[in-house]
Amino acid sequence: MTEKLLEIDHLCVDYETGRGDLKALRDITFNVNKGEIVGIVGESGCGKSTLISSILRLTAPNTRFREGEIRFKEQDLLQASERQMRDLRGSDISIVFQDPMQTHNPVLTIGQQMLDIQHRSKQSKADKLSHAAKMLGAVGIPDPDARLKQYPHEFSGGMRQRIAIAMALMSEPDLLIADEPTTALDATLEVQIIERLQELQREFHCAILFISHHLGVIAELCDRVVVMYAGAVVESGEVREIFHNPKHPYTRRLIECDPGHIKERARILPTIPGEVPDLANLPGGCIFRDRCDQAMARCATEVPPLDQLKEGHHAACWLNHAEATS
Amino acid sequence: MSLLNVVDLNTSYGPINVLAGVSFTVEPGETYALVGESGSGKTTVIRAIAGLAPAQDGSVTFEGQEIRGAPESVMRPLRKDMAMMFQDPVGSLSPRLTIRSLITEPYRIQGMKDRDLDAEAKRLLAMVNLPTHFADRYPYQLSGGQARRVGVARALALEPKLILADEPTAGLDVSVQGELLNLLNDLRERLGLAMVIITHNLSVVRHVADRMGIMYLGRLVEEGTTETIFNNPRHPYTRCLLSANPEPDPDARLERIALKGEPPSLLKRPSGCEFRERCPFAKDICTQTPQWEMNGDHGLRCLAPLS
Repeated sequence: MTEKLLEIDHLCVDYETGRGDLKALRDITFNVNKGEIVGIVGESGCGKSTLISSILRLTAPNTRFREGEIRFKEQDLLQASERQMRDLRGSDISIVFQDPMQTHNPVLTIGQQMLDIQHRSKQSKADKLSHAAKMLGAVGIPDPDARLKQYPHEFSGGMRQRIAIAMALMSEPDLLIADEPTTALDATLEVQIIERLQELQREFHCAILFISHHLGVIAELCDRVVVMYAGAVVESGEVREIFHNPKHPYTRRLIECDPGHIKERARILPTIPGEVPDLANLPGGCIFRDRCDQAMARCATEVPPLDQLKEGHHAACWLNHAEATS
Repeated sequence: MSLLNVVDLNTSYGPINVLAGVSFTVEPGETYALVGESGSGKTTVIRAIAGLAPAQDGSVTFEGQEIRGAPESVMRPLRKDMAMMFQDPVGSLSPRLTIRSLITEPYRIQGMKDRDLDAEAKRLLAMVNLPTHFADRYPYQLSGGQARRVGVARALALEPKLILADEPTAGLDVSVQGELLNLLNDLRERLGLAMVIITHNLSVVRHVADRMGIMYLGRLVEEGTTETIFNNPRHPYTRCLLSANPEPDPDARLERIALKGEPPSLLKRPSGCEFRERCPFAKDICTQTPQWEMNGDHGLRCLAPLS
């Protein structure tokens, strides 16, 4: 029996701007079960970052939660007080950010920073330090005791990102949010981080919400995938279903565009022509229709619902609607 | 005659030997890719070619003319034929200039006063598929992909013979990345451009490069046609790099070869083969220093190459 850890339910988030409300997230629904790795994939402007900052409530002042719920262990986080949120952050929910070069405080040793984040613990300083060393060892930093005395600049980018992961896992969170943790790293380090995350996930049994625009990384790491486009979920399902049997034209095109998919040298690589619609002035109907090669008359007027096509596989496209309802 | 000939290029910053003898050539119309981990010296190579980084030793000839360490008075007229595309698309555009000023700046710098700059701006924007009204915009009003295209337009303004492109697709979404690569491929065919392109995305290399060189710790360790390198990599480091490329297929069975440890410090270069401490295939002989050997058009620096 899978147990739900994080449930996002019909979440709508706007940014108030001088041009009117920018509808950054619209009707987002998905969940993360205990111990599961869920990938969120989508291009710039799809709302990935708004989603993460909404979960942690680290949002900009002009953010407005219009509708919906974010439930973490059955508690509605949108109703939680600031104090309750602070207790959750870094203990039950941790995050690893994109840029390992800017995650750490440059003027404090790694050891001091790892002590600081254990401020809730009642252990002695020596115990906290040995816990820190153990975590560094767990992410594959050799000679952790000596390394604790060093400053961030004495570590390479890949090591700094592994330290960030060690710090995020110190409190044994139930949910680890990883916001494009490999984007700033090159391919060999990217693979190291993915493999390390898989190992740690098996060891600590935490769920991971992994945000990336790199399809190769998502395919390798995740159990389930949520595909976002222009602030909405267009498809979600098991990783194999998404990659082998995509049911939304955007997902299909995105996979086709990945040059890793094309083994022979191509003179012309596939692209998705057109641009993401203006979120402050949304067109009616399906948000992808202007760029879709299979758009029909209906797509211009009616927003397609996120239909369940089979157990666990959802897509928001009129092409599948008959299949879903029959 | 090769368009660009780099021989034994050396760059040191104090005690740090960043480039330890890099040699390669680029023919007219050819695309040459430099790949390797962060810190392997790729960016320093192209900056040294363009005269933007020092090079204490070696030779860089462009159309037969020696340009290593050449003074600005020699480099400036050459930059008509040799353009640079920088890594950070927005950061390389002055925030206070309009796109029109930015893409026509090369004409002003080269003193080409007789040109109709408005017309040139329109022509360049059209060439990179940006609407002409973008001429009046400022860099902050552009997306990353649009800023990239402005960078391409500016690099192409004077119809150079060679483009030095530092990570031209970094930070772009896959749908836009294809567009930029198609644009570069198309311009190359129409204008006969040669390119040196730096990228750590191997999937990109396969589609744009004719030949490629793999760098490790400021040296080339393998070089060959893109086809040869992808189908028959002989240096263990190349094999590791190629195997680290995550495939967009959850069922891909990857024979991944893990690299051990971290790249060594440039202050303490290992003895013998510099890759041997991380090499999963190292043998006893690797304590000796491997020399660069060319076999046809396939270059290799390894004493225990893979077959």
